[in-house]
Amino acid sequence: MGINDLTNGIGAWLSGEGPLADVVISSRIRLARNLAGYNFLSRASESERRKVYRNLSDCIAESGVGQDCFFIDMEQLGEIDRQLLVERHLISRQLAEAEGSRGVAISRTETRSLMINEEDHLRIQVLRSGLQLEQLWTEINDIDDQLEQAVDFAFDSKFGYLTACPTNVGTGIRVSVMLHLPALKLTQEIEKVLRAAKDMHLAVRGLYGEGTEAIGDFFQVSNQTTLGVNEEELVREFSRNVIPKVVEYESAAREMLAKERTHQLDDKIWRAFGTLQTARTMSSEETLFHLSHVRMGVNMRRFDRTDLPTVNELFLRCQPAHLQKMIGERLDGEHRSIARADYLRRRLSSNN
Amino acid sequence: MGILICQNCQKAPATVHLTDIIPPHGEKRERHLCDTCAVEEGITTKQHESVQNVLQEFIKQKAGIQEIAQVTCPECGISFREFRNQGLLGCSNDYKAFDKYLTPLIERAHDNATHHIGKVPARAGSGVKRQDGLSRLKRELEDAIESENYERAARLRDQIRTMET
Repeated sequence: MGINDLTNGIGAWLSGEGPLADVVISSRIRLARNLAGYNFLSRASESERRKVYRNLSDCIAESGVGQDCFFIDMEQLGEIDRQLLVERHLISRQLAEAEGSRGVAISRTETRSLMINEEDHLRIQVLRSGLQLEQLWTEINDIDDQLEQAVDFAFDSKFGYLTACPTNVGTGIRVSVMLHLPALKLTQEIEKVLRAAKDMHLAVRGLYGEGTEAIGDFFQVSNQTTLGVNEEELVREFSRNVIPKVVEYESAAREMLAKERTHQLDDKIWRAFGTLQTARTMSSEETLFHLSHVRMGVNMRRFDRTDLPTVNELFLRCQPAHLQKMIGERLDGEHRSIARADYLRRRLSSNN
Repeated sequence: MGILICQNCQKAPATVHLTDIIPPHGEKRERHLCDTCAVEEGITTKQHESVQNVLQEFIKQKAGIQEIAQVTCPECGISFREFRNQGLLGCSNDYKAFDKYLTPLIERAHDNATHHIGKVPARAGSGVKRQDGLSRLKRELEDAIESENYERAARLRDQIRTMET
């Protein structure tokens, strides 16, 4: 299995299943780790990077962790393929764009990825559809335990796991949840929710994490502090308190719209679908905007011309690298918009 | 639509936009306030400081002090100045080498936390490590009480409790 096999399907984390999946698109946990005895990457020579890379990839392959994984050496990968992995949330932009020895081990279901030589020597991440943080913590804690039997991670009794950036020191954990909040956006209550999140020291970002703005109705909520909080507590707080509360607000806003602004709501959903079905050129941003409204319609059971798996698949396949991979050639922005509109018409035409 | 001006002070641009639903009829009232007025009205609290801000302010405070910038880690050779510029440390020993300057920065970035209280690697002899962390915390608690820094003492006490349960 390799990168070309990936494009045949969609990752299991996009299946649209799991608790609270009508609002919570996916859950993710990552851990940052560094090998003891090696410099962090900003001070590592290329030969040291290579040693870290070999050491960690051997360790992953030989432990149970890598059993259903395939390895990708980033230096062997073209730009579009690297971008494709970013679009599938399997690697970060940083890993895609960095230089020198680096790579990733990805599980076949795309629910687990281990990045080597990103900002830290190792970034372990696990992903699932819906709100499943507690299961994810069990899984990633187990991966970490297995790796720890073979290698020593840099650790200090005061500061915990030592990381290249002091903002990750301690647990090295980032818990994040991707939320779809179209009704809060439509009722203009989103600001309140975002500010409340910030007051709780949570970071709110866009679809692709760090450094990206929230586009349209999609928000990624994650913890900021990694020191002085233990992992179980953080995960519990997120999965039993923070996220269910946001979901509750979104659900209440959806109910209000359905009851008091029925026609306006249905109009939004149908116009969005009509545009996706007929447009001749369509940017990524506009696609997200319309698909968001269609997704809301499907999840509210007000719209049955399409289903959730299709909508999720379109989210994935309308992204630039996926489109170019499908067409089989490099396209500039304008031609991508034309190809995207063609693809959407084909997938959503009423003859299907 | 042009830039909205704060309805309260009529001066600064409005950055906080609220829609209140007024019972019983659910009429909507829109309000547009600037950051300062929103904080004053208790609608928002000051935003959590971003790491960049903390770092920037720290740099500003210490900018004149050459001596700090020139402290160098004997293991990886990175200077504190280089760390400041790139935001990334060079090796795990930097946490020791820059301890004095790094610790306040770490505490601010992590909501005043001073110690790790989460997972400990099994291979490192976890009991020993946890005990070590705990006794260090208790020592710091004593220091804090002695110097009448009760805010810090309360934080340390909470951390000790969490560790002991």
